[in-house]
Amino acid sequence: MSDISFVRTEMLPEQDPPASEVGALGWAKHNLFSGAMNSALTVFSILAIYYVLAALLPWAWSPTWNATSLAGCREILHDLGREGHFSGACWGVINDRWVQLFMGFYPPEHYWRPIAAFILLGVALSPVLFSDQVPAKLIWFTGLYPFLMPWLLWGGSIWVPLMVLAGFVIAYAAYRFILDKMSELIALIAAVIVAVVWWLFLMGPIAEFVFNIIPIGMEAVGSRKFGGMMLSLTIGVVAIGFSLPIGVVLALGRQSDLLIVKALCVGFIEFIRGVPLITLLFVASTLLNIFMPPGTNFDIIMRVIIMATLFASAYMAEVIRGGLAALPTGQYEGADSLGLNYWQAQRLIIMPQALKISIPGIVSTFIGLFKDTTLVSVIGLLDPLGLSNGIRANAEWNGVVWEIYGFIALMFFVFCFSMSRYSMYLERKLQTGHR
Amino acid sequence: MTTLSDPPQESFRLSQLIYDTRYRSMTIQIIALIGFLLLLGWLFGNTAQNLADLGKEPSFRFLSEPAGYDINQRLLEYNSQDTHLRAAFVGLLNTLVVALLGCITATILGVAIGVLRLSSNWVVSKLMMIYVETFRNVPVLLWIVFVMAIMIETMPAPRAFKGENPASEMMLNDSVAVTNRGVYVPEPLFTNTLGDVHLFGAASMRFDVSLDLLALMLVLGASLWGASWFRKRADKIQELTGDRPKTWHVRLGLIVVPTAVLLYVLGFHLGYPELKGFNFKGGTHFRNSLIALWLALSLYTAAFIAEIVRAGIMAIDHGQSEAAAALGLRPNRTMKLVILPQALRVIVPPMISNYLNLTKNSSLAIAVGYMDLTGTLMGITLNQTGRELETVLLTMLIYLAISLSISAVMNMYNNRVKMVER
Repeated sequence: MSDISFVRTEMLPEQDPPASEVGALGWAKHNLFSGAMNSALTVFSILAIYYVLAALLPWAWSPTWNATSLAGCREILHDLGREGHFSGACWGVINDRWVQLFMGFYPPEHYWRPIAAFILLGVALSPVLFSDQVPAKLIWFTGLYPFLMPWLLWGGSIWVPLMVLAGFVIAYAAYRFILDKMSELIALIAAVIVAVVWWLFLMGPIAEFVFNIIPIGMEAVGSRKFGGMMLSLTIGVVAIGFSLPIGVVLALGRQSDLLIVKALCVGFIEFIRGVPLITLLFVASTLLNIFMPPGTNFDIIMRVIIMATLFASAYMAEVIRGGLAALPTGQYEGADSLGLNYWQAQRLIIMPQALKISIPGIVSTFIGLFKDTTLVSVIGLLDPLGLSNGIRANAEWNGVVWEIYGFIALMFFVFCFSMSRYSMYLERKLQTGHR
Repeated sequence: MTTLSDPPQESFRLSQLIYDTRYRSMTIQIIALIGFLLLLGWLFGNTAQNLADLGKEPSFRFLSEPAGYDINQRLLEYNSQDTHLRAAFVGLLNTLVVALLGCITATILGVAIGVLRLSSNWVVSKLMMIYVETFRNVPVLLWIVFVMAIMIETMPAPRAFKGENPASEMMLNDSVAVTNRGVYVPEPLFTNTLGDVHLFGAASMRFDVSLDLLALMLVLGASLWGASWFRKRADKIQELTGDRPKTWHVRLGLIVVPTAVLLYVLGFHLGYPELKGFNFKGGTHFRNSLIALWLALSLYTAAFIAEIVRAGIMAIDHGQSEAAAALGLRPNRTMKLVILPQALRVIVPPMISNYLNLTKNSSLAIAVGYMDLTGTLMGITLNQTGRELETVLLTMLIYLAISLSISAVMNMYNNRVKMVER
């Protein structure tokens, strides 16, 4: 009788996992067909994707880039044997009008100005957005940018923005001068009064006088010429820029213990947030000049920017209030125990942290406002959507629908999607910094 | 020798208003108030001056004048001889209708998409991600005009339904017609109708309430109440004896039978839309503008709601469902008793602001010609009467009232579901 007991003396060679568990097949089994319900969903989704693409791609694949009218597009498609309304897209309209959709009626010889303005915007924002990758000195440029941008876009005498800037310098000088003699509060109020008097009454004549002696300036471009994506960006950037300081003040007011100040701030914020933007734009187009002293006449884009600023400030105030609320109480108490007064504490301890936490919220407020700038087409401004009505009414392109809307949607998508991705990246970066 | 035991005499000096923290806050507030009042006075003064120059005098008398324009999509009876106030009221109801419809559809769609985005199915979750990103990153106004363009350009004209061999056919057994003028659906009709009750007589708010509808709602409400009473009784018996009596057939009967009987008594039938000449007659007509606005607002807001729902579900710790399973709860009970109540706390507050946004965005109706509050009061009434100050301010106030009431109601709900802090 032989010994049948068996002891394995060496390891078996490792075997590959079953083919159904690895590679594409295994992945599909786990992620697409893990059950009856999942399989049905997968098949349904793939069918849906197929139908959409099968309808869209042949339409989009249409060699009509060089056509100069809708009839031209139809002719090209006819020669290819493609007939009917949905036989192919008419890309000629984009080729013909994309510059207009970006720039509106801005004079072509000055296109470099808005382009430079928006490129410099990126430079000006970089100390805030990519603080670890650019020199800190760049923050000076950020401070100067608000005066540079309007001059680049609207042109005119360089002395006007410089005189506006001088207003801040004069106000600061007045503040320091009075602070030596009297209390901080009086100095602050006096500084504000000095600045307002300077801007309202003295600045204009002085700027004109200096311009007559040293005429430095660029050709002025009227707001009426603004249009397309450039108009949307201008309204969005200017409104967000101005709304930031107003929003900070409103948020502080809402958090303060001073009853009347708090009531005023809450009332303003809730009123603006409770009404649709379109009603505020109607205020801009019909009422704002009635509210101003007789004879004042802001042009429509200025009025829209004013109302958009008020609109954005209310939302900004809520974002910043969120940032303030997110700060641990220890920060406030720490500032108190160092003996800092309210404004010192805000300037040195609270605001730098609260604003940093609020950056993602500020970016998404900007995205929202930027999307909402399309509403100005309702009151007759020529943003991309407003321009599209004009293009569709044009004899050559009468009947083009999808190409233009698709292109405008794509422009907005590219801007908003990249900004939202950036904001998400920032959120992650900030989160790790605070844990 | 003076003693220091006496506290220094309190005396008020003017400089204390600025240097003493006790009085300084008062000073700041009074300065702020004066500044605010000055600003208001300045605005009022300018406005009065400008209006006087224009020869206008602010008054709301125009509201009682005949409007002279038609509103094609409406819930109430209205004709062009009615007053501007009546037109505004009809417009307000239109705003509320589209907002309500939009909120309901957006919630359903958004919850479905949010849940599907968390699905383990790769294709489905990526598809939902594409949906969310596409809709969130393109302006809502663009979506509204886009859907409107789809309705007008790709749907068949009513005459395509004509003839022996029509190019288009009605859907659902000849009951629904989708045309480029809108969607026609069957309307509920009653042979033995109870009639209408007229509320508010001849006022601008006059309102016809169909007694049939009222009776149906009453009966259905009573049935639902009875059914829930039955369920509660079953709960009680189960607690006492451990046995749960079978109730589903009684409850089903309670809900279905009375309503069915009432419908039969009232002679309920559907009025189908029919092609007469070049257009459809009969049935209920949802115009393009309403459909476009409703769909676009729902699809756009659904993308935001999906993200909220996803965040809400992801915020629940995995341990919660594991613990529920360890307690022996079945998956649907886990969802109902453990996950959902906690997720709702995270979901409800941002949901409120999305409902508010949808309601405010419904004012974009003006872009497609749906006659909501913006289209009537701030649109045609403004153009016809030239009363920009009164109409715009009134519109803003009404929207403010709507927003504040929505947030009040939703905050009440939020207070009910939110965590009870210990």
